[in-house]
Amino acid sequence: MELEKIHYDNKIVKAFIIATVIFGIVGMSVGLLAAIQLFYPIANFDLQYTSFGRIRPLHTNAVIFAFVGNAMFAGVYYSMQRLLKARMFNDSLSWIHFWGWQLIILAAAITLPLGMTTSKEYSELEWPIDIAIALIWVVFGINMIGTIIKRREQHMYVAIWFYIATFVTVAVLHIVNSFEMPVTLFKSYSAYAGVQDALVQWWYGHNAVAFFLTTPYLGMMYYFLPKAANRPVYSYRLSIIHFWSLIFIYIWAGPHHLLYTALPDWAQSLGVVFSIMLIAPSWGGMLNGLFTLRGAWDRVREDAVLKFMVVAVTAYGMATLEGPLLSLKNVNAITHYTDWIVAHVHVGGLGWNGFLIFGMLYWVIPRMWNTKLYSSKLANLHFWIGTLGIVFYALPMYIGGVVQSLMWKEFAADGFLKYQNFLETTTQILPMYILRAVGGTLYLTGVFIMTYNLLKTAASGKFVANEEAEVAPMAKVTSTGGNWHHVLERKPVLFTVLALVAVLIGGIIELVPTFLIKSNVPTIASVKPYTPLELHGRDIYIREGCVGCHSQMIRPFRSEVQRYDPKGGEYSKAGEYVYDHPFLWGSKRTGPDLHRTGGKYADSWHFRHMLTPGEVSTGSIMPAYPWLYEQQINKDITASMINALRTVGVPYEEGYEDRANEDLDKQANRIVEGLQLEGLETSSDAEIVALIAYLQRLGTDIKLEKVATNQ
Amino acid sequence: MYKNILQTIDHVAIWPLISLSIFFVFFIVLLWWVFTADKAFIDEMSRKPLQDGSELNHDAEPLNL
Repeated sequence: MELEKIHYDNKIVKAFIIATVIFGIVGMSVGLLAAIQLFYPIANFDLQYTSFGRIRPLHTNAVIFAFVGNAMFAGVYYSMQRLLKARMFNDSLSWIHFWGWQLIILAAAITLPLGMTTSKEYSELEWPIDIAIALIWVVFGINMIGTIIKRREQHMYVAIWFYIATFVTVAVLHIVNSFEMPVTLFKSYSAYAGVQDALVQWWYGHNAVAFFLTTPYLGMMYYFLPKAANRPVYSYRLSIIHFWSLIFIYIWAGPHHLLYTALPDWAQSLGVVFSIMLIAPSWGGMLNGLFTLRGAWDRVREDAVLKFMVVAVTAYGMATLEGPLLSLKNVNAITHYTDWIVAHVHVGGLGWNGFLIFGMLYWVIPRMWNTKLYSSKLANLHFWIGTLGIVFYALPMYIGGVVQSLMWKEFAADGFLKYQNFLETTTQILPMYILRAVGGTLYLTGVFIMTYNLLKTAASGKFVANEEAEVAPMAKVTSTGGNWHHVLERKPVLFTVLALVAVLIGGIIELVPTFLIKSNVPTIASVKPYTPLELHGRDIYIREGCVGCHSQMIRPFRSEVQRYDPKGGEYSKAGEYVYDHPFLWGSKRTGPDLHRTGGKYADSWHFRHMLTPGEVSTGSIMPAYPWLYEQQINKDITASMINALRTVGVPYEEGYEDRANEDLDKQANRIVEGLQLEGLETSSDAEIVALIAYLQRLGTDIKLEKVATNQ
Repeated sequence: MYKNILQTIDHVAIWPLISLSIFFVFFIVLLWWVFTADKAFIDEMSRKPLQDGSELNHDAEPLNL
């Protein structure tokens, strides 16, 4: 057979690798800053752009979409060309993809510190950026499917299937979760409310972990691990089962993020069952990776690349066992809202994604520059310092999480909570926060060592922009037979459609009944839409990222009801959130839950507390918000806010948008007058007034119903 | 409460049955295929990452051990 000469495009891989390293350093540094802010609040700098609530989403977005995202594209572009024996479909599309993605990152880096956020976790970017993401993602998809179509390999290797599943599923998740009603160019309201919004968000959030952080990396594991070990994958059969069961089951597990919340029970149970089932394919995949090294374990002792990969695959196995265990309701009751979850995601992020990326970089860069690694000593140093970093990160967070949770739940002999002040439970674990920052510093130091090593490596070689390969042209398919999976592997488009169907089934069965609930759920008659001033306050709450530390979801436990609503005795009900676009349930309690905070403190308390939290609550680690007292709410957009919310189903009467500002002024003036009585001066348009109005409204509607029934 | 909600959806009982059937059939067929697949084909596929047609420096050892 005549061999054909083709050239693999290494230049695009190089570009994505450079972006990976740069954004890795940036994203982790921002994470370290956030970690320091939690025990040293001065590090918030009393500046709105650097306060924890805005820095945290910057960290998560930078690490997920910029660091892990760019590394994913580097890995996909490198391995796909070689597995399909074809250059990427179109060089221009590759570069549009690259620059488009970097522009999106730039837009995120600007808008998030400015407080432009939807507040939905890992989906914080506002609607114009959402549209850009969708377009660039489609460019990536066309480039990928195009390459698959012009391939010179009859059958698609399992890594390619993982890439296809990544593309179609992320597209579906992103589009469905991003339905939102624009108010201004950089402000929108989620099309879904309350329980529905929560379910859609965590269907998205969970599967973003699955299909952005896991499936593409499994594809990369199935390519780079055999390459680095120089031996075939342990069991190709197992990899097929791994693939189909993973994409079939993963999509159902989202509700495990909402256990014991106001989400209907059936959906919670569905999430639990499928989460437990996920152990099987995840561990099948982990074992398949580790067994690939059979007979090569002696090399793991010397080769830093293999070391990184072994720890990465092990971290994958640990995180995917831990995840299902955290999904058990009895375990979740203790771990949810605590730092245990932070430890869990960082075992996945630092261990699985980070270490697989490092392993890949150490392997691929000497080859792309046609040289040898500058220093394996430094690579090994990076490995050990990085591993120590993970341990120092995760262990304190596990301990802190359990300690704090048990303190939340502990009752004294008199039947009251032993630690009635939430702050006591936070200050108790501050030493753990300090240790965590030490872990983060170690890990980041390793990345700097790697950067130096990789730069030296590149300098010692010559970059091969177009790597020559001799490949056989694809044989004309003469046999139409073979069994169904053989046929499937030859037909990429059909394969893509089937993968999409597998994913959609889970999504539809999970989401549709909850959408039907909308007309059926027993609403609470006394729950009314927010007033215009409260809406402005709510937007400030969203802008400042309060949801990053405060939940608004009291679970039906005696300890939580007694802590958060000792007088009313009400846990949070689904009907209370029907006008919440978006929902603000939160997923972490660094501070107390706020769902029943309305009426709990005087307006003056909030006024003083937001300005000097550490003085009002001694030892508080909450940042100060001095700018809320200087900045004014934008009353020009009140009408657009009302209109947008009416469009997504909030029953403001027609024409109310014209009168809304009158109501706003009345309510604001009342608050200002009340503050004046206590000697506190502020303007009625100050942002703090709107925020106080919102906080005082929280969770109070249900109490009105009680009053109504008692009369 | 959720029972009432579910009962008001038409033919809701069929949903879990359909999902279970889809799962069951799909995985039986998948397992059947995987375990009856041609061994030569499986071996060939598992070697795919190792055959990319490029001669470039594939056993690069580090410069400084």
